[in-house]
Formats: sequence, structure tokens, C-alpha cells
Amino acid sequence: MNAPNTSGWKPEAPVDHAKLADGPATVTGNRALMLEEALIFEIGSNDTTGVDLPPVDRKRSTRLGAFARAEKPELPGLSEPQTVRHYTRLSRQNYAIDLGLFPLGSCTMKHNPRLNEKVARMPGFADVHPLQPVSTVPGALEVINELSMWLIKLTGMHAVAMSPKAGAHGELCGMLCIRAALEARGDAREVVLVPESAHGTNPATAAFAGYRVENIPATEDGRVDLEAMKARLGPDVAAVMITNPNTCGLFERDMKAISDAVHAAGGFVYCDGANFNAIVGRVRPGDLGVDAMHINLHKTFSTPHGGGGPGSGPVVLSEALGPFMPLPYASRTKDGVVHLVEEESADAFSQEHFGGIMQSFGRMTAFHGQMGMFTRALTYMLSHGADGLRQVAEDAVLNANYVLRSMEDLLHAPYAASGPCMHEALFGDRDFAKGFSTLDLAKALIDEGYHPMTVYFPLVVHGAMLVEPTETESKAALDQFIAAFRNVASRANAGEEAMKSAPYYAPRRRLDETQAARNPVLAYTGEVAPAGKPTMSERGGR
Amino acid sequence: MRYLPLTDTDRAAMLETIGAPDINALFSDVPQEARLDGPIHDLPMHASEMAVERHMRTLSKKNLAAADAPFFLGAGAYRHHVPASVDHIIQRGEFLTAYTPYQPEIAQGTLQMLFEFQSQVARLYGCAVANASMYDGSTACWEAITMAGRVTKKARAVLSCGLHPHYVEVARTMAKFTGDAIVSAAPDLDAGCAEDALIAEIDDETSCVVVQYPDILGRIPDIRKIAAALEGSKALLIVVNTEPVALGALEAPGNLGADIVVGEGQAIGVGLQFGGPYLGLFAVTNQKLVRQMPGRLCGETVDADGKRGFVLTLSTREQHIRREKATSNICTNSGLCALAFSVHMTLLGGEGLERLAMENHRLACIAADRLVEISGVSVLNDVFFNEFTVVLDRDAREVVRVLAEKGVLAGVSLGRLFPAEDALANGLLVAVTETTSEEDIETMATALEEILA
Repeated sequence: MNAPNTSGWKPEAPVDHAKLADGPATVTGNRALMLEEALIFEIGSNDTTGVDLPPVDRKRSTRLGAFARAEKPELPGLSEPQTVRHYTRLSRQNYAIDLGLFPLGSCTMKHNPRLNEKVARMPGFADVHPLQPVSTVPGALEVINELSMWLIKLTGMHAVAMSPKAGAHGELCGMLCIRAALEARGDAREVVLVPESAHGTNPATAAFAGYRVENIPATEDGRVDLEAMKARLGPDVAAVMITNPNTCGLFERDMKAISDAVHAAGGFVYCDGANFNAIVGRVRPGDLGVDAMHINLHKTFSTPHGGGGPGSGPVVLSEALGPFMPLPYASRTKDGVVHLVEEESADAFSQEHFGGIMQSFGRMTAFHGQMGMFTRALTYMLSHGADGLRQVAEDAVLNANYVLRSMEDLLHAPYAASGPCMHEALFGDRDFAKGFSTLDLAKALIDEGYHPMTVYFPLVVHGAMLVEPTETESKAALDQFIAAFRNVASRANAGEEAMKSAPYYAPRRRLDETQAARNPVLAYTGEVAPAGKPTMSERGGR
Repeated sequence: MRYLPLTDTDRAAMLETIGAPDINALFSDVPQEARLDGPIHDLPMHASEMAVERHMRTLSKKNLAAADAPFFLGAGAYRHHVPASVDHIIQRGEFLTAYTPYQPEIAQGTLQMLFEFQSQVARLYGCAVANASMYDGSTACWEAITMAGRVTKKARAVLSCGLHPHYVEVARTMAKFTGDAIVSAAPDLDAGCAEDALIAEIDDETSCVVVQYPDILGRIPDIRKIAAALEGSKALLIVVNTEPVALGALEAPGNLGADIVVGEGQAIGVGLQFGGPYLGLFAVTNQKLVRQMPGRLCGETVDADGKRGFVLTLSTREQHIRREKATSNICTNSGLCALAFSVHMTLLGGEGLERLAMENHRLACIAADRLVEISGVSVLNDVFFNEFTVVLDRDAREVVRVLAEKGVLAGVSLGRLFPAEDALANGLLVAVTETTSEEDIETMATALEEILA
């Protein structure tokens, strides 16, 4: 099929960069709005400070004891204007969803609504201490409880553990619930089955929970091989960890049959919820027999990921696993009041409200979880409502299929023939000219002004490119992306030599990762100058 | 649906391009019995920005914010003044809405910031290398214990009685599943830090000794003495710090003999937020230990033109490469909180951090002196930074509750932290920072006098 630009954005004639003059060198190394920025250690001084605090009175006696510092720590300081400029300049060397489409498959980079930010900064949420008397924080507990209710209803599950700090922490929480449940019935099982296409966190988590990991193969059409899995099930298998929709962007059609088989063999089903955005409001994992699933609030529910975190990974649990969830937890009782249950109150609370069945496996983190993310996620859910969230899944899936069908004539799409994809479209490097790689295509896409898709994941497809546009892209934005993607795919297929040196226009060209790993330089080791002595000289060649 | 750009016209055109009759056709792989035919019942429908804001504000106003009361809580989470520019910078979209820096050519902003952050943390802790942050202090502490297990090939961790009880609980919980032995005891209401009892627990099977500095009661343990006792032993010394501002006034743990220093970075730049997101800090004094470290690391390198640049490095330790053999299952760091920490620390500098620390200490001394005047109150600590323990003549939980009714957030009762330890029930942990006014101290002291009278 041909380029789909029947409406919306139309590509201009491609820019011929060979005709663009390089221009003269600049004294500063800057190029107009492309500004270089030194390290704080090179521009700051140990005497400068950007805050107004009284000077230290060295004559005053202290009660610091034997380890009082003799000298102040050696840390560079900047005034406020220097600080704001330093970080503003750095920020401009970053790609972000606010700048354009960010098609990282399985990462779900969608628009981050600013209302969420405003709400999270309300003093009753931002400025309360985790150990304040519970009588002074009923609203905070209600947020946790209200969000819990949403997560339970959206997933069709029984309970939710809110304290895990991120997706992988949630995976660990779910696996520990499974292990605690098995141990409670005196059933020592040793093996966890994980599909080949799983996120790396899945096997790492299973190993951390004390299990031996065995892989299960995939079928030709990119899904878990049900028969192979059934053949492996037995009294030693504690759980199966499955991602659904899976990392190939496909719905596991046999999910219910998988769950039934695992349950029949006495095991539990862990579902990696990283891809929940594809099905929110249209499918409830609880209806598919899932026992535990973490939900990445920063993916499906739009909390900002801030350059790699924080995340937040609540875990929804089935009736069988609910009693084992970690402390502390918030729970609304028959009187309508939300209680915070900690070590102190856990036993009495469980006797009174759960007939003693709560048997928490313990505590995973110091406090209640990522409250700042809870307020944002709840704000997002209330904004969309049940109807809007269903539309989210539909538009996310529609956008991904639009990309899939707009590219499949140019790029190898290994599972396209078997039907629609879910929220992400998967391609491989099969049709590239010899010597051209997925990395070359990704770097060329940077020059077109895009963050590349997820590359080399999942491992089951050679040179994988996993594209997740999300529902917050307009058709015009997709059309422009597709035009750029088609352009770089054609060049990779044709073997255009210049691609191997891309990117040309980014703040940095390809970085030497081998050197970084071989001779790790992980901290600035030079001195920090006293005030008035500029240290920012002779950096040119570095 | 203000966050959804597609129009019905767009949707129809796109379905035509795809060759699907309707949206349901794209969900054809979902088994019929699992498909929902409409919005989930019992959940509200979409709402305007104004309506959502109103609802959330109602919930927010039910809480007593720290700024609205004399406030003395600490115990691992501290209220400090965060300069306005910190929150401005972390809300820049290029930082706020970036993902993990997988493509370094267009993520130099995040990467350089992480390199600077690692360098700041390493200096603050007196260490060679710090990682790019972890979930929080309690999980960083557990990761340090497991790392010590990998390094020493031993599995018996000896925890100081001064370690935050929630950190102990996290370690105990995780150890149940990994099979590690955790040795720990509750603290005594005793001015000393019981280094001798801790040292007596060290044996040939010990992988690490974990000491909090300053500790949960606000005491300042003798790290050098414990380090000296570990001479000749394979066991690693892990020092935990939950109040980084203290290190503006106290010697860095890495300079006192620690092998691994971990902690909670929330106090600088991040804010209370009812417990999260916070910022786990993790550093080692010997660069040789780097390859056993968990978490992301950012390193310096050059690009194809020879310009300095930064990349995530040593990822062969991590789960996406090593899968079940990884050093940790952690995938996320706490990047935005690390940015807040780094910006605040840059505004402070060595000079500002020292001033901040000494201002905290000055006010804490005033508070301790005022409280000890009250009949029925004694102060446990001879030495402390900005937090100390007072011992009342009755259960502190009840006193905290009554003070809260009077609008005073008086501190954290040891009964809340150590519910099983009746001997600690009269203890109250009081934290004082630069945000505490002398008037706040007087308000609290007067209220306490009334209750204890």
C-alpha cells in the first residue's frame, strides 16, 4: 500500500542537506539556539549559594558530637539565575512527549495532562507527612481508596496492593503474594514459566522471589504455545508470568485456557500489566483468570516519567491472593471510614473485618507508596471517566494499526498477516540492505525530529522495532511520522551509506558506549573552584 | 475528551485505510466472553477539568497540611523549604515528559543531569561512585544488603538497633523469600548507641553490618569504631542515612570507613508527599564494587565528533540484558526526584548545605532546651543533628493524638514505629528544621505542658 497521506499533513519536498552550507565555526561552540552547557562542577564554586541562609557562626557550641564536620562539603553552588539557566539549557538537549510523538513500544509515552501536576501540588497532598496521625489525613486515605476502587473495577479483580514503587516492584509484590499463598498451603513449588518474549524484569523478578525460571516457546503467530505450556505444567510450577497484550503487540487469544490450565495444575497466573493501555475499559483481566497484575500508573494513567522515573506499580489481586498483600494498606470498612492498616493494627483489623484471613507477607517499602502518582492517576481517571478510558484503548489500538498497515509494504511486519495488532506495531529488519541495522534506522529517525521506537525488543524478532503511538496523537501527527518512517525505511532497504553516520543534527552524534563501559567515568573527580576562579576553560576537545 | 485528538471523521478514514469495518474488528482476538460491550458500570463518566479539580481540592482540604500547623515530624521524611526554582525546573516539559534515556543523542539533558547527580551524591556521601537513584531509602537499604551478599558470598546481615524499623521490616520481608538471615534488635531508651552489642554479633558468616547515621532515635553512632571492628573481616559496612541535610554538619560516612552508603534523598528538593515518590541514594567507596551495584549508572564518553557526552553504561548488570541473572530486577529509577535533588543541591552548594544544616541544628537545640524544661519530659540525646527523642511520663501515642486535636503535629511516637515494644511507648521523636519557627516550638511546648500537667 502507498503512503496514506490522503488528508492532513503533506510532506514538502525533502530538504537536500548537501546543498546547505556548513557555515563558519563559532567561538563558543554554540550554534544559535543549540547551546552547549558545562557541568555544574565546572561553572559553580564551593562558596556560591543560591539560597539565603544565615552564615555559620563557628563560635556557637554544637551538640553534634565527635563527627562534626571540620570543613563544609565540597559541592558546587550556583546562584538562582545561573541555576535556572543551567537546567534550562540542559532541558533543551532532551526529546520529550511535549515536543513530539514518542513511539517507544511497551513504554506508553502519552500526553501528561497538566491538571494532574496542579492537583498533585495541592498542599493537602504535597505537604503531608506519611506518619501524620491518621485523623489529620482522611483525604489522603480517600485518594488511595478511590484509586483502589477504580483499579479494581477496571480490572475485574478483588483487591489491590498500592505500595509498590514501580512496575518491577509490583511484579515482585505479585510474585511474593503467590509465594506466600503457596507456602500458606504448605506447597513448595520451585519453577516459574516465562515466555521468550517477556520483559527482562519478569525473569529477574521470578529469580528474586526465589524461583527457577524456565522459558516457554512461542507459536509461529507470536503467542504463547499453549500446548508446550500445558506439557510443562506440573506440581513444581508455582506460576506462569504472561504479558497480555504481549510484547509483540498481540492479544493472547488463549489467555483463559492458559489460566484454566495453570489453575488446574495448582499454580497461579501473573500478568504483566505494562500493556494495559490497549485494553482498558474493553477487557478486564479478572475475566481471563489472572491472579495478579501490576499496573504501571505512568504508562496507562499518564503520570509523568521524568527521564526514567518515578514509576508506580499497584498490583491488583484475585480473591486467592488478596489476603497476602503487603502492609501498609488502606481499607474502607462497613462504617464507611477508610483505615490505614499497619503492623500495629493488622491483626486486629483482619480479625474484625476479614475474619482473620489477612496474612500480609510483610512490608515492601517504608511508607504507603507513590502518593504523588496516585493523585495524578486519579485525576486522569476522573477526567476520562469510564467512557473516556474505553475510548483511550480504542484510539490507541486504532493508531497502532494505522501505522502497521501504512508500513507493511516497506518493512517486514512478522505478525501482520495473522490479524490486527493491539496498541503497538512490531517490525523487523529482514528487508534492510546488507550491513544496515535497526540502529541505523533509529538514528536516522532522530534527524527527522522523532524519538525512535523501542529497538531490539522483543528478542523474538530480529532487529525488532516496536512502535507504540498511543491515543494522544492526532491523525496529522501520525501521517507526518509515517512519512518520515517510510523515508528512513526506504533508505535502509536501499542501503544508503550516509545513514550509518546518523544522527547528524542531534546535540550529539553517536556516542561511544564501548569506551563508557570499558573505562567507566561515573563521577566528576576534579576540584571545585572557590568563588571567582573560572574553571570553564580548555574544555573544547573533550 | 480533551486528551483525545482523533475526530470521528479521522477514525472512519483510518479504519478505511486499515481495511477494518469498525473498531470492534481490531479487538477480534479478544474472546467473545471477555469483551465488554460498553463503559464499565459503577464508574463515573468523563468530567471537565473544573469539575475534577473541584473534587480533588475537596479531598485535599480534608488533610492538615504541614504548613498549616506547628510541625515536628521526621523519622525518615523531612520537611524542608524547597526553593521555587526547583519546582519550576522539574515542570519543564523536556524533563517532566521525557522517558528513560535510551537514545543518548537526544537525551543529553537527562544524562548530564544524572552524571551531575551521581557526582553530587558521591561527594555528599564521601564515596567514589553513586548510581542514578533508586525507589527510596528503604529499598536501597535492602538492595545494599543483597549486594553485600553477592560480594561476600555470605548471607547473614547484622542490623543496628538504630535502623529505621520500616527499613528493618522491608529487609525482614524480603529476606523471608531470599533465605538471608537478618539479625536485628529493638533500640533501648539509652543515650549510647550500643556499638558493642552490634560488634558482638559479627561472625564469620556475616555479609554486612548495617548502621543508620544519625539513627532512628537521632543518636549519632560511632561509625569508625564499627569499621575498625570489621578490619580483617570480609563483611561490608553499610551506612544508612535518612536525612541528607545532616551531612552538611556531620562527616561523610564514606570517610568514616563505610563500604556502601545508602539513604533517602527526599529531604533535599523532593517534599513530603505522604510518603512518595521519594529518592533512594546508593553509593560505594571502592570503584571495584561498581559491577555488583544495582540500578542505572550514567557515564562520561565522547561522540563520533569527539565531543563529550553521557550514556547509560554497565547495563550488563541489568535485567533487560541479564534477565534472571541480573543484579536486581529494578528497571525504573527516580529520575524526576533525582533532578529535584540535584537542582536544590546546586542552589545550596557546599556553602548553602552547611548553612542549612547548622540552622537546623541551632533550632533543634532550642527545641530540646525548651522541651526539657517541662515537667515529665526528658531528652534522651546528648548529641543529635535535627532530630532527637524525648521521653514522656506516659504513652506518647496518646499525647500525639491529643496534640493533633489541638492543631499541633508534635512528632512521631515510638509506639507508632515500634508497636510491639512496650518499653519504647513513652518515646517521642521530634524533628526540627529551618521551616520550624521559634514560635512553633513555643506553641508545641505550651500545648505539651497543658497535657502533661
